[in-house]
Amino acid sequence: MKRPQNEMKLCFPSLSENERLARVAVGGFLAQKNPRVDELSEIKTAVSEAVTNCIVHAYRDTIGTVELTAKLSGDEVYIKIKDRGCGIEDVEKAMEPLYTTLPDEERSGLGFSVMESFTDRVTVKSKPGFGTAVVLIKKLRSKI
Amino acid sequence: MAVYIADGGEGTIVAKITGEIDHHSARWLRMDIDTAIQDKSPKKLILDFSGVTFMDSSGVGLVMGRYRNMKERGGKVSLANMPEYIEKVMDLAGMDRLLNGR
Ligand SMILES: Nc1ncnc2c1ncn2[C@@H]1O[C@H](COP(=O)(O)OP(=O)(O)OP(=O)(O)O)[C@@H](O)[C@H]1O
Ligand SMILES: [Mg+2]
Repeated sequence: MKRPQNEMKLCFPSLSENERLARVAVGGFLAQKNPRVDELSEIKTAVSEAVTNCIVHAYRDTIGTVELTAKLSGDEVYIKIKDRGCGIEDVEKAMEPLYTTLPDEERSGLGFSVMESFTDRVTVKSKPGFGTAVVLIKKLRSKI
Repeated sequence: MAVYIADGGEGTIVAKITGEIDHHSARWLRMDIDTAIQDKSPKKLILDFSGVTFMDSSGVGLVMGRYRNMKERGGKVSLANMPEYIEKVMDLAGMDRLLNGR
């Protein structure tokens, strides 16, 4: 991404109440670009997936800090969601549609599929025992 | 976020969900809907999404869980009034095929 024109950082504990906070914060940050409603809802959904994964998986049975960074450069949106939780053993496998390690808790294994279909690019860096960083990139289309 | 349960007649109940469906709200929605299933033993559960303003994959889990629940009791689930963006999430899960047995 080129030098961002604007950016924000938000840190919050991994409480499920904060899933909504993350969506609202990203929505508020992107309002300056006056995005299309459908694009904004796609970005919010992708953010919700990544943040929920930190809460449900990374910090399972504990509370840790979730770090959300958002940047804007021209029409490009960059969002990073980072945790210092359990990490992912096999990222490729985790990203397969319908793959979940928590089927008993009504998880459907679709989080990464949603992120991939609602943004242009998803990058996952993870180290077991150290945590995970998910980067979502999406170019806003021109407004109608 | 709330669920409004209504009697749809002929053993059907309609659960109208309003607000946002995420991992946080899903557990309350799940409790309310399952209580209604328990109380009314319907043959068919209609989940009405007309009042839903946001949904992520937790909504898919919610539907799949209720589907399993109803199937165990020999009942069915159908989805009604889905906004377009919710349909996109449901499509990723192949929900249409699952619910319509195709
Ligand atoms: N931040 C994370 N830390 C540790 N493990 C993770 C993280 N994100 C994802 N995972 C692992 O990757 C798997 C797949 O994630 P994905 O979001 O696609 O599905 P899910 O969370 O299991 O289900 P859903 O998102 O549909 O509710 C998870 O089951 C979990 O094992
Ligand atoms: Mg997930």
